[in-house]
Amino acid sequence: MAFWDYANPTRFLKLVQVLLPWLVGLCVIFFAAGLYMSFFMAPEDYQQGNTVRIMYIHVPAAWLSMMCYSVMALSSIGTLVWKHPLADVSAKSAAPIGAAFTFMALVTGSLWGKPMWGTYWVWDARLTSVLVLLIMYLGLMTLWRTMEDPIKAGKAAAVLTLVGALNLPVIKFSVDWWNTLHQPASVVRMDGPTIHPDILWPLMVMATAFTLFFFVIHLMAMRNEIMRRRVRALRLRAAASSHPGTAAATAQPAE
Amino acid sequence: MTGWAMALFQRDLRLSIRVGGSALVGVLFFLAVVTVIPFGVGPDLNLLARIGPAILWIGALLATLLGLDRLFQADRDDGTLDLMLMAGRPMELVVLIKCLAHWIATGLPLVIAAPLLAIFLNIDPIAMGAVTLTLLVGTPALTLIGAIGASLTVSLRRGGLLLAVLVIPLAIPVLIFGVSAADAAIHDPVPFLTPFLILCALSLIAAVIGPVASAAALRFTAD
Repeated sequence: MAFWDYANPTRFLKLVQVLLPWLVGLCVIFFAAGLYMSFFMAPEDYQQGNTVRIMYIHVPAAWLSMMCYSVMALSSIGTLVWKHPLADVSAKSAAPIGAAFTFMALVTGSLWGKPMWGTYWVWDARLTSVLVLLIMYLGLMTLWRTMEDPIKAGKAAAVLTLVGALNLPVIKFSVDWWNTLHQPASVVRMDGPTIHPDILWPLMVMATAFTLFFFVIHLMAMRNEIMRRRVRALRLRAAASSHPGTAAATAQPAE
Repeated sequence: MTGWAMALFQRDLRLSIRVGGSALVGVLFFLAVVTVIPFGVGPDLNLLARIGPAILWIGALLATLLGLDRLFQADRDDGTLDLMLMAGRPMELVVLIKCLAHWIATGLPLVIAAPLLAIFLNIDPIAMGAVTLTLLVGTPALTLIGAIGASLTVSLRRGGLLLAVLVIPLAIPVLIFGVSAADAAIHDPVPFLTPFLILCALSLIAAVIGPVASAAALRFTAD
């Protein structure tokens, strides 16, 4: 089964080597098309003027901030259920990317909010739940940094990621209940999108570009993480061989 | 089967109440937080009455968070936690019992102190009852959700701050419905029962997710 073949990091790295140039190329093409469409082809909004173009960055970033957490949750299931050796590498390298997209969504949202709502920040339901998501990403990243053993840290973070995944809908619901000002979802709806195709198409191209960008960055980050772990293993081995007396203590850092 | 559960419950309760335990420090902290807030927002009694339920809830949340590291830390330091893991009892149940004992030692005093502190905040009797009732129903959820954070950070030397950062996002729904149920009793934009029942549901969900996730985390960090 292909899924298991890539449990071997070397084989996975080979796949990344082959896949990455294609992905990068596609990503560049989509970004070029998407940016052109959103800056030159998409019409100005009759109320919002040019600020509507912030949406082409803001909405994909917000989608990606969610998708990234889903990737982390799936990876966490991979860590806990199948003990797939690359799953916690995937989850660990997805967290900073997710945090970056979440941050980008918040910043672009604030920049849009200043001229539109007259303020950078409101304690509206959607903004608040994205802020909570950002805190969760940062907490997970910190949890990873505090534990020395990557395997143990991966398992602990996987538990927290899954609890967070169960909790996110609850947080979303409760925050919606608490306060709502942000416009309701207008693209993904049962009765078809409510926004005009002239705006929808650039948005879709940008969303695809962002998704490809995520996968490019994610694969690169996973490759770096695998390398980092190899360096760590080599260093531990080198340290163990240079100080034979303390070898056991170095190879097995306490907890 | 109930023998060991009862024994564990009594042991935990006794440990937290006697010298070296920190059962009542939480209440003192709660008192300190509630005392310090009027210095921040000013002594206006009308304002305090309006935000009183929120102050009590935030105070209870912070007091619970500060007490959480006691949940597993001492047991881990003296090796009891490893024995519990190896004893072959369902770890989920062990966590649930420990949480129950911890809540009785640290959460229940907060609930009992709440009406007294409500007087300082000029909260009227009906709202006082509502806040106390929501705290009674909601603080177990805080302890149970906090157990996840406590077991994740148990192997860290100074995990207290990280614990709070990890737990606060998960505790937001409890806070929202706790405060809005208490507010509903005063201003009633919605009936009191709606948010209150959701708060009960959150506590029940926490009683399932908390022990399961916390037991999993303890198993992973121990071996």
